[in-house]
Amino acid sequence: MGANFIELGAGLRQRPAALAGLMIVLLLALLAIAAPWIAPHDPVEQFRDALLSPPWWAGGDSRFLLGTDDLGRDVASRLLWGARVSLAVGLAAVLLAMVPGTLLGLLAAFMPGWPALLINRIADVLVAIPGLLLAIAVVAVLGPGLVNTVIAIALVMMPPFVRLVRAAALVEQSRDYVTASRIAGASRLRLMFDTVLPNCAAPIIVQATLGFSSAVLEAAALGFLGLGAQPPMPEWGSMLAASRDDMERAAWLVTLPGLAILVTVIAINVLGDGLRDALDPRLKDRA
Amino acid sequence: MRWLLGRLLRVVPTILGITLLAFALARLLPGDPVEVMLGERITDAEQHREQLVRLGLDQPLWVQYFSYLGRLLAGDLGRSLVHGRPVMDEFLTLFPATLELALVALVISVVGGVTLGTIAALRRGSLADQGLMALSVLGHSMPIYWWGLLLIMLCSVWLRDVAPAWALPVSGRIAVLFDVPPRTGFMLIDSALSGEPGAFTSALRHLVLPGVVLGTYGLAVIARMTRSSLLETLNQDFVRAARARALSPWRVVGLHALRSALIPVLTVIGMQVGALMGGAVLTETIFSWPGIGRWLVDAIYRRDYAVLQGGLMLTSLMVVGVNLAVDLLYGLIDPRIRHPRT
Repeated sequence: MGANFIELGAGLRQRPAALAGLMIVLLLALLAIAAPWIAPHDPVEQFRDALLSPPWWAGGDSRFLLGTDDLGRDVASRLLWGARVSLAVGLAAVLLAMVPGTLLGLLAAFMPGWPALLINRIADVLVAIPGLLLAIAVVAVLGPGLVNTVIAIALVMMPPFVRLVRAAALVEQSRDYVTASRIAGASRLRLMFDTVLPNCAAPIIVQATLGFSSAVLEAAALGFLGLGAQPPMPEWGSMLAASRDDMERAAWLVTLPGLAILVTVIAINVLGDGLRDALDPRLKDRA
Repeated sequence: MRWLLGRLLRVVPTILGITLLAFALARLLPGDPVEVMLGERITDAEQHREQLVRLGLDQPLWVQYFSYLGRLLAGDLGRSLVHGRPVMDEFLTLFPATLELALVALVISVVGGVTLGTIAALRRGSLADQGLMALSVLGHSMPIYWWGLLLIMLCSVWLRDVAPAWALPVSGRIAVLFDVPPRTGFMLIDSALSGEPGAFTSALRHLVLPGVVLGTYGLAVIARMTRSSLLETLNQDFVRAARARALSPWRVVGLHALRSALIPVLTVIGMQVGALMGGAVLTETIFSWPGIGRWLVDAIYRRDYAVLQGGLMLTSLMVVGVNLAVDLLYGLIDPRIRHPRT
């Protein structure tokens, strides 16, 4: 496992794009964490004397660098707090998909017969339903909101983890070191978690990274549809949805939150692509 | 033949699973099942009991599931709680709009993606190649709801003043001044059949922006796939042999390499159908397109669970169907799939 990560670091260093992606992701994470201290204003405070004030380069109120929205809230502060929401939702959804997904994938690999069959069939069904529609249905059952957004997205993202871990574990299982440790008397649990799982870490990391970006995209999509984060919470997707009414007068309300989503998603995707190429060149461009 | 049968049989549990999930969806919904099913509040205990029996909700769950399956086989998906019309009828009325949009998006992503991917592969390492691949990363990461808003802003805010002739319509399927009788449900065909001058052009112009927005993601993915599989194929012996016969590079690409490079592209198209349906939800919401996606979103806002349940299931079945078709086609083109060497 150690060798895997050293290779990973070396592979990333040879890929400037992926390294740049990593830097941007770290910067965004830093901004998100520091939002309460660096945001110039409270993200929900309404400045009634400065409704729809344009950003500074368009000659707006100097108190609001990136302008204000239709309720007079500071866009810069809302974007910073929005980074917190988006990254937290993405991270939570990935973890919530990765942990059970990995467990189920291992189970499917180690317990042929009906447990594997059941797990595979359930994954088949969940994969067949278009992701966003499944998320919408889950939110319809649980009700709109941020926590339910996380649950819905995690459910959508789980099947790829199950399939991936199962496939990786099946390959590892047939290798000599696993046979050796089985003959040495290792229990099934020990084989699963101690012997095989660490050697499946690489593809899991790649999948988690690429899943992270789609979680951010889908969370913002649910917010955009009014099914995710609820007002007045500063969230990029719902900021975009709210901007539609003022599109003709206040272009910055459309461009800025979208740009925030785009930059985040590109940075994570480029990082993920780099990780994948570094870990397994054969997978290149098999998106 | 065995392969075909095996592939067909594999679909059965998936379909059953989807129906089970759709059935469970209606039962997991918060609130009293009678109220959820009827969409209205019943306070009288006696009436409540009657409705419970009438809807079959007093039966054990598995009996309910099987009677649900029976009704499905008869094409009965229940009635919309809001409009009272059969869900199936509503679906069939709105489906052509979504299909038309999805087909246009698919054409844009396949034609654009294969063209750009081929150019990038033939000019490997050039500035054009790098630029195209950077654009493909952009298209791959683009939030389509934002992309739609940007294009709307471009057309309805900026172009309207600068070059009004180029400003494309941003909502609906056709200009309101046309009264096109629905015959096929496909606006392009109906408007051409209507004989009204300008109707077809109007329908076509209405399709451009939503089609581009929905097609962008697929275009980016297909461009990347085409490039990498073409590069792989170009290195193979049969292409080298064709080159050695002094065939022109375009002929080599067109006749030989591209054809075998298209197989993975076909798979991508299969994988895209699900993304296309999810994208349709967002695209239709942004462009006020009267299709399945907007219908489903409206159903959530209106708590019309019958529509949500039926629509979700039909859409998923469609995705399963298309993937099956792509798989069968794949096997038809590439014999190695049908006869795996094991």
